[in-house]
Amino acid sequence: MKKYVLAALVSAAAVLCLAGCGGKSEKVLNVYNWGEYISDGSEDSYDTVAEFEKWYEEEYGKKVTVNYDTFASNEDMYAKISTGAVSYDVIIPSDYMIARMQKEDLLLPLNFDNIPNYKNIDESFRGLYYDPDDKYSIPYAYGVVGIIYNANEVDPADAVGWDLMWNEKYAGRILQFNNSRDAFGTAAYRLGLSVNSTDKADWDAEYAELMKQQPLRYGLVMDEIFNLMESGEAAIGAYYAGDYFIMEEAEAENVDLRFYYPDPTNYYIDAMCIPKCCADQELAEIFINFMLDHDAAVANASFTCYASPNRIVYTDPGYIDEMGDEAMEILYPPMDDFSALYNEYAYRNLDQDTLNYINELWEEVKIN
Amino acid sequence: MKTSERKLHIEKGRSFGIALLPYSIWSLLFIVVPLIFVAYYAFTDNSFGFTTENITKFFTATSQVDGQEVRTYLLIFFRSLKLAVISTIICFIMGYPIAYIMATADEKKQRIMLVLIMIPMWMNFLIRTYAWMTILQDTGILNSFLSVLGLDPLHIIGTETAVIIGMVYDYLPYMVLPIYSIMAKMDYKLIEAAKDLGCNSLGVLKRVIFPLSLPGVLSGITMVLIPSISTFYISQKLGSGKFFLIGDAIEGQFTANNLHFAAAIAFILMIILLICMALMKHFTNKAVNGGGSR
Repeated sequence: MKKYVLAALVSAAAVLCLAGCGGKSEKVLNVYNWGEYISDGSEDSYDTVAEFEKWYEEEYGKKVTVNYDTFASNEDMYAKISTGAVSYDVIIPSDYMIARMQKEDLLLPLNFDNIPNYKNIDESFRGLYYDPDDKYSIPYAYGVVGIIYNANEVDPADAVGWDLMWNEKYAGRILQFNNSRDAFGTAAYRLGLSVNSTDKADWDAEYAELMKQQPLRYGLVMDEIFNLMESGEAAIGAYYAGDYFIMEEAEAENVDLRFYYPDPTNYYIDAMCIPKCCADQELAEIFINFMLDHDAAVANASFTCYASPNRIVYTDPGYIDEMGDEAMEILYPPMDDFSALYNEYAYRNLDQDTLNYINELWEEVKIN
Repeated sequence: MKTSERKLHIEKGRSFGIALLPYSIWSLLFIVVPLIFVAYYAFTDNSFGFTTENITKFFTATSQVDGQEVRTYLLIFFRSLKLAVISTIICFIMGYPIAYIMATADEKKQRIMLVLIMIPMWMNFLIRTYAWMTILQDTGILNSFLSVLGLDPLHIIGTETAVIIGMVYDYLPYMVLPIYSIMAKMDYKLIEAAKDLGCNSLGVLKRVIFPLSLPGVLSGITMVLIPSISTFYISQKLGSGKFFLIGDAIEGQFTANNLHFAAAIAFILMIILLICMALMKHFTNKAVNGGGSR
């Protein structure tokens, strides 16, 4: 009996110690972001988390510890937050997920008094569909889907619009997204249909289009596309603009990767939010503000290679110089009205019925 | 004498009880409770009312494949089962002799072979699978090697063969190790006795070695079959996304915010596997004990 008591005491003490550490003496900030989506100090880059901890201590005279976790998909993140099993202070999900989380009352309205740097966010990024009153989110990065092709194999004259991904000349050389929303999206843009349609006939038409493409495909891929395009294993694929630079840098000797935007195409935004489970909202807002500051914002944009909605980033001479002319042109294409394009072509959160229907069609695409 | 022996025995049992406490808590929290959740989700709808709809959907949902109507999830299940069974058989054919050679080698060689089997497992299996991509690609290492030798290139990536190669490579150690650990403890006097009594080598294998190693074979098969039936990573990477397995189906339902149906697929998969395991165990017990009950 004694032994049991002892064991219980020891384990209780261990639990208390673990829980107590950090609680008293210093503040803790839990950040949850996509993997590889922040300048993390690797390869001599700016270490955002360490710099924030240092800056905070200098500014406020208190120690803060940042726990930085990463997720692989919006759905993974949502599953964790919505069960309430975890506590995060700052999260960076994508637009449609922000809409859903807001609808389900999982986000806190931000106090913009603590985030003065919000003024640096370009005006085109205000009043977007997922947060029409700009209350819950601050854009972190945005992306546009484009088509990458190997010019040593593909005639640049064929590189027009979405048709390249259905061109029979390149049978067996084409890569399609391995997730339903993006794959159906390519078909929808090609057919001129809405990616947010609730009309089943639209999805049926896109399904038929994907089936037409099937014999031409090398495969359905996500991040495998890097390896496949760089080595010349496949010749055509749609992906995000920022990732093209990573592929181009690593391309094999006999491969000449090029990039263009089909019209219309997909736009997405990832934005910083504070979930309801946040333990210290003010600290979270201070962190968000820090992320919008010159040093952190420029470092993150050049580390991730994604376009920044932050004016002080894309007008920074050092950043422009580092990215180079080609990258600046691709990352920041001249857009008359970003918010109009975005609101029309970005993915929105669909109702469960439509989601189920798409999933059924997608399974059919995949088992054929 | 007798009482002191008994006392020793009881004390042993008690200290085991405490030693088991951490694992009991662990398995309760992270195995039993999640399983209950899976079952609960499988039998409820979005508003958490009781329903068997998710279960029936698994058996009745249909789709069009090559112009024919098929049962979607049964088709996916049997495709996964086929790949898993083929990989398990290959693992067994390759793994059994390795285990035997290891178990009968001298101690030093045994250690070296054991390390050689284990080394690949020190590396994360995701990375190993990714490495196979670069080996098997049309422009990959294997084909560059073949072209140097003046041979025709092979198209493997994106085929069933590639998926099976990946599964066999990743799961072979799980076949070898349990068989080896049983064989290492085998009583080799029985083999000598069988030989002395005039049994030929094939007979020794069939009547002595194999029956004695059956428990190891069973756990080997279990440890290979189960992960290979539910994998989605290997099929996604090496099958170029062209093989839609039951693991993909679960993941797809999860991303479509359909947790209840995802749970139902997982639940049915578990039940089917449990039945398979129970049947296998039943037959091996029969074989080991010569038909007697245990």
